[in-house]
Order: sequence, then C-alpha cells, then structure tokens
Amino acid sequence: MAVPILKQGPFLIASIQAALTDTDVLRLQDDVMEQVGRYRSRGIVVDVTALDVMDSFVSRSLRGIAHMTRLRGAETVIVGIAPEIAFAMVQLGLSFEDVHTALDLEEGLAYLNSLLEERDDGGG
Amino acid sequence: MADEIRVPIERDDDVVVARSKARELATELGFAGTDLTLLATAISEIARNITAYATRGEVCIEAVRRGARRGVKVVASDSGPGIADVEMALRDGYTSGKGLGLGLPGARRLMDEFDIDTEVGRGTRITMTKWGRDQ
Repeated sequence: MAVPILKQGPFLIASIQAALTDTDVLRLQDDVMEQVGRYRSRGIVVDVTALDVMDSFVSRSLRGIAHMTRLRGAETVIVGIAPEIAFAMVQLGLSFEDVHTALDLEEGLAYLNSLLEERDDGGG
Repeated sequence: MADEIRVPIERDDDVVVARSKARELATELGFAGTDLTLLATAISEIARNITAYATRGEVCIEAVRRGARRGVKVVASDSGPGIADVEMALRDGYTSGKGLGLGLPGARRLMDEFDIDTEVGRGTRITMTKWGRDQ
C-alpha cells in the first residue's frame, strides 16, 4: 500500500498507515525524493506511528531517505517511534544516530520550523 | 485456535503475513506488547532472508507450552544455498551485501531460543522460540 504524502507549506508529511512491504518502503523513498524536487520542500516528516515493526530493512531505508533528502537541501525528521518499537530497535542493534527523531508530528514540525528560522536569520 | 500456522514465503508481502500471523497467535496466548513486537521483528528479519537468498521457503508458527508458560515457536525453512560459515553469519555487522548484517544476530537477540541448521547446497532451517512472561 502506498504511503500518502501531504504537502504542507515548505514541508512534506509522509504518514505510514499500515504495515509496509519492502516494495512499499522503496516506493516511499522514490516518492519523497520526487516530491522534494517538485515542491522545493525544505523538510520532511515521516510519521511511523502505525508501523508494526522497524526491522533492519525499514530502518536502513528511512536513514536512506534522510541522507538523500539532506543532499537535496531538505531535512527529514522521523516521528512516532512507539515505545515497543524503540525497545526492539535497541535489541536489534539499530540506531538512528545521524537521523533526527521527534516524539510526534507536532514536535517534528516544530523542529523543522526552528531549522527554517535559523537558516533565514543566518542568511539575512 | 489453530495451533500451527504455515506461511509460504515467496514475495515480500508474505513476510508481512508471517509476522502478523505470529503477532495474532502470540496475542491470543497473552503476550505483552513489547514481546509481540520483538517476535514480529525477528520473523521479519529471517523471512526476508528467505526472499533475499533462497527465493522461496516457509515459516511455520506454533503455540508451545513449558509448564505454565506459553510460547511461540517459529521454524523458517528453505532449500536455498545454505550458509557456509554460520559463526560468521551470526556476527554483528557481517553481511553478504544485501543488508546491514543484523538479520541473524539481531533475530537471535530478540528471541529466547535460537538454533540454525544449515548445509551448503541443501538449505537452511532456523528454529526459534519466544516465551511469554509468567502470568
């Protein structure tokens, strides 16, 4: 099932709605990359609240999204990692060291807004 | 309640079916939320190994009992290429190039019991069990 991506101002919000197959995850990667270019987005929130598992493949793909979008000038924030998912990730040895995470959508958007303000201040 | 569920693994959506069936069974057995996620994640890792390396295989999920404790036993089998060096494959970070190298060692950490039976050219059979907490 495709992950819907909403455009909200300078940001994109990708809300995962259900368990994803590997094909769905790869498609999300492609879709986000395409829309960042089309809408000249400055940030992306990927909401994983509804994800059933965060295994090594999903985690590697989400890191991939964060790294690739950064190269295009947009920051990615992963939000909504459930407590049991966080527990499993640590057991599995997965970390999001170089990827920004936030508690929920609201916090994620607040983080992206603060980055935008910083940049605009610095540029002025 | 079916005590044994067989899920053929051939495409990536079969991986999702296998982990959700295991989650259903473990929920019926009274597993806690964290253990459900650990079990589902371990199944996702080993079922993906089947689609990545062996093309097709099977995941068999079974309710087991030891005294008062209930558990879920998972047997993932394929007749793929087998694993030449099991010790190496169980080491963190070792990868044949298709993943992060966390699949097997990660699944072993997530489960309570874990055993690999493999032969080059014949296939691989992974048997692993997750026990519920004492009720």
